[in-house]
Amino acid sequence: MSAAVNNNVENHDDHHHHKETFITKWVFSQDHKMIAKQYFVTGVLVMGVIGVLMSLLFRIQLAWPEESFSVFEIFLGDRWAPDGVMDPNIYLALVTIHGTIMVFFVLTAGLSGTFSNLLIPLQIGARDMASGFLNMIAYWLFFISSVIMVASLFVEAGPAAAGWTIYPPLSALPQTQPGSGAGMTLWLVSMAFFIASSLLGSLNYIVTVLNLRTKGMTMFRLPLTIWAFFVTAIIGVISFPVLLSAALLLIMDRSFGTSFFLSDIFVQGEVLHYQGGSPVLFEHLFWFLGHPEVYIVLLPALGITSEIIATNSRKPIFGYRAMVASILAIAFLSTIVWGHHMFVTGMNPFLGSVFTFTTLLIAIPSAVKAFNYIATLWKGNLQLNPAMLFSIGLVSTFITGGLTGIILGDSALDINVHDTYFVVAHFHLVMGISALYGLFAGVYHWFPKLYGRMMNKTLGYVHFWITAIGAYGIFFPMHFIGMAGLPRRYYTNTAFPYFDDLADINVLITVFALITGLAQLIFLYNFIHSMYFGKKAEKNPWKSNTMEWTAPVEHIHGNWPGKIPEVYRWAYDYSKPGKKEDFVPQTTPIAKGEKITEH
Amino acid sequence: MTVLLSIIAVTLLAISVWQITKIFEISNLGAKKDDSQVASEKDNDLQGKLMFAFLVFIYLVTIYSFVSYTKVLLPESASEHGYTYDTLLIISFIIIFIVQTVTQALLHYFAYKYRGINGRKASFITHNNKLELVWTVIPAIVLFALILYGMTTWSDIMNFDEDEDALVVELYAQQWNWKARYAGDDNVLGDANVRFLNDFDGRNSVGIDSSDPNGLDDVVVTQEFHLPVDRKVIFKIRSQDVLHSAYMPHFRAQMNCVPGMITEFSFTPTTTTADMRLNPDVVAKVNRINKIRYDNSQELIAKGEEPLEPYQFDYLLLCAKICGASHYNMQMKIVVESEKDFNKWLNEQKTFSEVIQ
Ligand code: HEM
Ligand SMILES: [Cu+2]
Ligand SMILES: [Cu+2]
Repeated sequence: MSAAVNNNVENHDDHHHHKETFITKWVFSQDHKMIAKQYFVTGVLVMGVIGVLMSLLFRIQLAWPEESFSVFEIFLGDRWAPDGVMDPNIYLALVTIHGTIMVFFVLTAGLSGTFSNLLIPLQIGARDMASGFLNMIAYWLFFISSVIMVASLFVEAGPAAAGWTIYPPLSALPQTQPGSGAGMTLWLVSMAFFIASSLLGSLNYIVTVLNLRTKGMTMFRLPLTIWAFFVTAIIGVISFPVLLSAALLLIMDRSFGTSFFLSDIFVQGEVLHYQGGSPVLFEHLFWFLGHPEVYIVLLPALGITSEIIATNSRKPIFGYRAMVASILAIAFLSTIVWGHHMFVTGMNPFLGSVFTFTTLLIAIPSAVKAFNYIATLWKGNLQLNPAMLFSIGLVSTFITGGLTGIILGDSALDINVHDTYFVVAHFHLVMGISALYGLFAGVYHWFPKLYGRMMNKTLGYVHFWITAIGAYGIFFPMHFIGMAGLPRRYYTNTAFPYFDDLADINVLITVFALITGLAQLIFLYNFIHSMYFGKKAEKNPWKSNTMEWTAPVEHIHGNWPGKIPEVYRWAYDYSKPGKKEDFVPQTTPIAKGEKITEH
Repeated sequence: MTVLLSIIAVTLLAISVWQITKIFEISNLGAKKDDSQVASEKDNDLQGKLMFAFLVFIYLVTIYSFVSYTKVLLPESASEHGYTYDTLLIISFIIIFIVQTVTQALLHYFAYKYRGINGRKASFITHNNKLELVWTVIPAIVLFALILYGMTTWSDIMNFDEDEDALVVELYAQQWNWKARYAGDDNVLGDANVRFLNDFDGRNSVGIDSSDPNGLDDVVVTQEFHLPVDRKVIFKIRSQDVLHSAYMPHFRAQMNCVPGMITEFSFTPTTTTADMRLNPDVVAKVNRINKIRYDNSQELIAKGEEPLEPYQFDYLLLCAKICGASHYNMQMKIVVESEKDFNKWLNEQKTFSEVIQ
């Protein structure tokens, strides 16, 4: 704790005397605010656009299979779309890279990287991350990872195409599909950099939250955003190394002839030498990360939502301690539910029962969170700005998507919907769309903190409503085509006349996807335009209690001029009786005779 | 086509943006134009109402989907355990609906009801232990009941006995087709391994060990396989290259095919193919499909191409695990018929010893 004390008493200028050059300010910056922006631009603005574009391409293919489209030729070239007809291998590659980019690059690095970096120091009252240098390294590893992933799109035999889950043997043997050659190698190398970046970033977040909180900022006075980022970082540190080991073993099987995941294989007329390995082992290792990853994506979004819903309801978050407890419960349980992705892999049926049990247990803290959000709105005075709309939207899609988890998490019921479009519908709503809403909510809310300006409200509203309608329009019907028996990752459904009557639904979904995808341009425009021409922001535009709004609008090195403010109360004294204003910043001392809020 | 579509999509988008922007502008009329994000009372009013409208939208989407998409769902189960499966599914869905309807209503109604008014103060409520206990315990109880039900169903399905009189069938997956192997008169599958695949100039298509006497009477079939109705079938599932998944949706059955390992699944078919073709839901579905195929055929004929063949219902074995380029087209027909017809069909097939002669 001594670090925390030091951090406070020091006057910042006393010990930092370095000159800023263009390179250290804009490129190799160690300032958490600049690094946050770098994550956003790389993860969301660049990778996100690529990921969404890919989904639009394969959605067009699914709606009008066998037709020729010049957009395919433009984006995929002659090799992968001769005469504008998409090749099945590139379809699988698009799905794979779309999934990888959305889950890891946009919603892990883009979301956590942006907001953990921006908010952890500012909301706990620290000058910067514990190690600005490691933080910078983490970003640059992520940057390298992104460059490699994008480069993999251009290799001769095509990018990785074994699904974002890269199950061997498909991912291990180039003889089984072209994407498992150089494309898969680059995928694995890219992910190795990604994992290294994520680990460095997470360790930094953990250490910073534990050691650099300002005076008075006890753990139970932390805003829920910080709790979410903190616990997310812990889950990441626990689970990402397992993915790294899976990737390393896979690299060995691919390049050095080992048989960790391979056995008794015959391809293209040849018996391969592999003996004794098992793909099921890979599945265990993958999902030991893969499931927690869902919460790595989701918890930060929920943390952001907690903060925004409380602020804009002008009301304390309902059940602060229950919220913290459910974050912790979800974090713990998330590490023992991975087997629900493996009910029909040939795993022992008894294990199936165990994982059903743990999986349905995790529904309880998730339900508690949803109820607490609803209760926070109750009797509030809601400020329905775009950030608030996206937060409410998150709760809505989180419920809709989460409820079908009751079916997928139940081993018996999973048998017939596993690997169908029902799963695609479920996880997009509960994880993809929800986390994306969290991301948007965060941007609208903290844009003034990022760029010192306000975003355009009207465009924000338009963006929300098109996206909200589109999200249900895209993913709700997918439940039905899944329950009709349509497996996922199918290049076209026309090989089965049995699925002919799903064609209309597929067209409808694609039309919604195109509209929704294009509507994101509104957001891009609003973001970039407001960066330069937005209205200048006030210091505390949302009348919020948290500490970041006590820092000057202009970014300065060290966040606060002079001493770091001290904290006297929790973050949610909104509309406290006896106060003139409907908010009391954490830095306001307890007045004479004021009762400390019990929470 | 592309051009047309892009134009339609862009136009639709442009129109909706323009419309919505206008609505907001009109509703802001008179107010000082402030397009920063801080919501005015007017914004709160409009957005709160839209939130309520969105609740209606969610309900409408749900109702519409159920009314018009229920018909595409799978027909009633054609296997014994499938009935339990369907019951459990329906119960789970009822619970989901109740919770979905109520929580979405509360969420959006509160967003509407408590939309901000300048000068009003929100209630200062931090927590309520009793309430929180209630909404922790109730889901817990419901989930525990579901877990118990699910677990018993699951273990009934998965922990089947290896009865003497069950029919043993091997499903064999490779990129990108299926084969099925019957155990022959001894009802024991001969040993097999990918090492034997190149024996007999490739005629040993699932790699049976020719030195194992149990294998000589085995029968390997492609394209379609038959099952006798009302007799338990035990599937032994293999793959020779990558992961596949043997998915038989009409029987509520799925199990992955894992190279280097034999996985198992078992069910008892209860409805013959002929009977299923008479099921009203199936009849309606087939008619719809044939109408679509007829329309598409007209287009094809106009272009001077071959028309599509009319469709007739069959049970299907599909692949549900990504396995490479033709994953989308890994299919095998399943025919369920009387024991007598089944035996007749099986006797017409060549045994392994005949094939390798
Ligand atoms: C415009 C929005 C989006 C559309 C239209 C879309 C559409 C789809 C579709 C149709 C598939 C399944 C393809 C198949 O199985 O053949 C898919 C796969 C996937 N999507 Fe999206 N998606 C969108 C956004 C997102 C977001 C925000 C995420 C973030 C989590 C995401 C993550 C994934 C993942 C993980 C997969 C699985 C990839 C795989 O099967 O390996 N998507 N997407
Ligand atoms: Cu999971
Ligand atoms: Cu497959």
